[in-house]
Amino acid sequence: MEQNSLLTYLILIPLIGSFLILFIKNDQPNLIRYAAVGISTIAFLLSLVIYFQFDSANSDFQFINKIEWIKGLNIHYHVGIDGMSLLLVLLTTFLTPLTLISSWSGIESKVKEFTFFFLMLEVGMLGVFISLDLFLFYIFWEAMLIPMYFIIGIWGGKERVYAAIKFFIYTMFGSLLMLVAIVWLAVYAIGPLGYFTTNLIELYSVAPQIPMNIQIWMFLAFAFSFAIKVPLFPLHTWLPDAHVQAPTAGSVILAGVLLKMGTYGLLRFNLPLFPEASIAAAPYISVLAVIGIIYGALVAMVQTDVKKLVAYSSVSHLGFVVLGIFAMTQESIQGAVIQMVNHGLSTGALFLLVGVIYERTHTREIADYGGIAKIVPVFSFAFMFASLSSVGLPGLNGFVGEFLILLGSFQSPILNSWWYTVFASSGVIFAAVYLLWMYQRVVFGPVTNQKLVGLKDMNAREIFVLAPIFIFIVWIGIYPGTFLKVSDRSTAKVVKQMYNPVKVSPVELGLNQYLSK
Amino acid sequence: MFNNAQEFFNVLPIIIIGTGIVISLLIEMYSKKSDFLLPWFSVFMFLAAGLHSLYYVGDVSIVLQNMLATGGNVNVFHAIFTLGAAVVTLLSIDYIKKYGAYFGEYYIILQTSVLGMMLMAAAKDLFVIFLGLEIMSVSFYILAGMNRKKLNANEASLKYFLLGAFATGFIVYGIALIYGSAHTTSIDFITANFSELIKNLLFIAGVLLFLIGFSFKIAAFPFHMWVPDVYEGSPTTVAALFSTGGKAAAFSAILATLFALFNGPAGNLFTPYLAVISVLSMFYGSIVAIAQDNIKRMLAYSSISHAGYLAIGLAAGNHDAIAGIVFYLAAYTFMNLAAFGIVSLIEGKNETNLSINSYAGLGSRKPLLAALLAIIMFSLAGIPPFAGFFGKYYIFIAAIKSNLTWLALLGVLSSAISVYFYLRIVVLMYFKPSENDFAIETNNNAMIAIIFSVLLVILLGIFPGTLIDLVTRFI
Repeated sequence: MEQNSLLTYLILIPLIGSFLILFIKNDQPNLIRYAAVGISTIAFLLSLVIYFQFDSANSDFQFINKIEWIKGLNIHYHVGIDGMSLLLVLLTTFLTPLTLISSWSGIESKVKEFTFFFLMLEVGMLGVFISLDLFLFYIFWEAMLIPMYFIIGIWGGKERVYAAIKFFIYTMFGSLLMLVAIVWLAVYAIGPLGYFTTNLIELYSVAPQIPMNIQIWMFLAFAFSFAIKVPLFPLHTWLPDAHVQAPTAGSVILAGVLLKMGTYGLLRFNLPLFPEASIAAAPYISVLAVIGIIYGALVAMVQTDVKKLVAYSSVSHLGFVVLGIFAMTQESIQGAVIQMVNHGLSTGALFLLVGVIYERTHTREIADYGGIAKIVPVFSFAFMFASLSSVGLPGLNGFVGEFLILLGSFQSPILNSWWYTVFASSGVIFAAVYLLWMYQRVVFGPVTNQKLVGLKDMNAREIFVLAPIFIFIVWIGIYPGTFLKVSDRSTAKVVKQMYNPVKVSPVELGLNQYLSK
Repeated sequence: MFNNAQEFFNVLPIIIIGTGIVISLLIEMYSKKSDFLLPWFSVFMFLAAGLHSLYYVGDVSIVLQNMLATGGNVNVFHAIFTLGAAVVTLLSIDYIKKYGAYFGEYYIILQTSVLGMMLMAAAKDLFVIFLGLEIMSVSFYILAGMNRKKLNANEASLKYFLLGAFATGFIVYGIALIYGSAHTTSIDFITANFSELIKNLLFIAGVLLFLIGFSFKIAAFPFHMWVPDVYEGSPTTVAALFSTGGKAAAFSAILATLFALFNGPAGNLFTPYLAVISVLSMFYGSIVAIAQDNIKRMLAYSSISHAGYLAIGLAAGNHDAIAGIVFYLAAYTFMNLAAFGIVSLIEGKNETNLSINSYAGLGSRKPLLAALLAIIMFSLAGIPPFAGFFGKYYIFIAAIKSNLTWLALLGVLSSAISVYFYLRIVVLMYFKPSENDFAIETNNNAMIAIIFSVLLVILLGIFPGTLIDLVTRFI
């Protein structure tokens, strides 16, 4: 099989870079910052090269790099991407340098450690999206917890220790069950294949044969782990704590990329590996997703803290993504994929803006604001823009994803009921209510807090960070085809694998080249 | 005595240590600079024996009238013991002066305990196991009470001695019953005739007693009560040896004698016993560790819970389990050595600064030390990409292959609990300001030993294949 090491370079750049940064002296924080931004920008440029070389007409995994790793257990270092993972890889490499620039003035202490952990986090996130071996995937999935734990725990707010531990133990608990499921799956493969394997592509043809009574348990073990990460109602309680306590850069990456790892996992592993169980569980999970949409929105409405409001809006928005995945039509899954990117951009932008204003005023209470439209017009405009994108205003990105998800779930033969769509749509209205109401209280009206007078508007660096995000928000809103095209074939393949799992032989799926030995 | 030169060569590590003990005695008696010479002589001797074992790992044979096995896993175990002992010696050089237990005998008794461990791992006869066990245990009793003037060290030593003797009693009684039913003490003979012997109730009773005796030695619940007190009372470096070499030696003896039984025709006979002690040890260790304030006691309970994970492997009783147990022991040995090593550096004179609150703010006071300890804590908690994770992963593979998925599930549950107390140390080091600014004196010898161990933990975590491939070749 042809080897392509571009993806390996993509992880090696931040990995080696993070260790190089350790050699810079502590008294040169700016050099450290420049180096980190430089390293992550190189990674972004490389991911663009991958994007331009990517063949979106091909539904197979591309840029495959497979190296023997642990011979005794048939474990390989095996990476590759398809359209879905490519979009998320791009999102990761795109957001990382921007967030690093945004934390230029927000992170003053221990800059070296911060950038080290941040680049490590990028390694972990990229690794999760490109792994094609369950063991490798699990290593990245878990290892990524360590840098995030430190980022929340060291640079976070008042309750940071509690939030960091809660984040860690919640995620760890879920993923340990997945570990048992991974091992079980690899042992199960000995039956049909004759050897122990964690190769995802081989398991795609093996796992759907698992009898239903066991398959449902395997499905639950994986889904539990991913649902905690998403987070799906009622497993979301770690999220507001982690978001509110994390420093701005941490929140942006948490909302922008980390949560997507959960939905990506559902799409990459649960659906194709356990199709029967997925279909059986779809109504239940969709109900939870819809509850999450409405619950998240209602709770967001009553928040007095801007950051917490945005955090709860994530619960609501990710509910859409999960609904899209479990509606299991091509439209809804395409919508879910594009909505993952959208949420990364718009919620990322919202967190960045909350960070911008928090750095100046050191308060996130909505009540402390009001009437800042005239004091900081650029900020107010940017905030409006990001809020509208999050609301799902037609012409901006959020609309595209939500529309496709609602359309797909309405037609879904699996859910087979339009009630899901009806209740989910109410989430769009609620989103408009809580975001615009918050916006009104923060930006309009008379200035009640005298500290706000003389507030400085956004500086060039902050505008530079947000401008690229806004470009993509408009781009996806006006011409989503660029992005939908990338994932079109791979989502189609997921749907195909879903509905005829066992009947489709690996050869038909174009997987024969992967069936080693 | 030896049939050919090759046989001599195969048992060379044991001979190196045996001769080394004699030379060390001479150094201690006649050299004025023995406080410098002895530790370094020990370190080089251990390294030589360890590297020799690893290099000749492929020469599998049975030597000395079917008494000892060499090659394969035996050599891997020898390497674990000797490299671990080299680390302990380096840690001890400055520590025992601080602790006030500097006697030349310290290093010599350390060497004899390692000799005992090596005999246990290599044994092909129940008597050799017993011989090795007693050499190791008696050395341990003395090491625990090395400072005669310390009350709690005396208590630890006595407690260890009494319970250890009690456990040995079980083992000897077990051996007697096995001999009574099999009419031999040759392990190979017993292994070959398991299917016949297993019909004899006397034999089963013998094996069970033997197992119970070793359950003491591996520190499994409910035979664990000596562990926290002994670890707390003994010198920290000695506790490091107890929790690593001692445990690994006991597991190597179980693997050498009984594994064929667990894997054989009557494989399920002892699974209930092993599964029960495994579950109880994991949960008891993890839950009680949460309540500890003294770091040595916390590590003691963590050691009990790790015995539980290892016992999952015994219960699984297949080939993957052997590889998993060996890997886990290698990983665990170096994790624990590094952890105890760091504790021995933080510890002040008169055993102060042992409370976990002493670690508050270590991240900014001693960044390197804190980073090393954080890696060890993540590894002990079983978080990739460190060696502790892979050990658990392999044990779970073994369990699931033997249809013990429920045991693997309980294992991960207990792992999730244990994350809490391991992370607590990380929280204190990085997220809390320091409470009192006591002086922390590091020294190069100990730092070399700790960094060596941590590097091994990282390398074994990222490239577990090196050791796994080595071990699986011989099963």
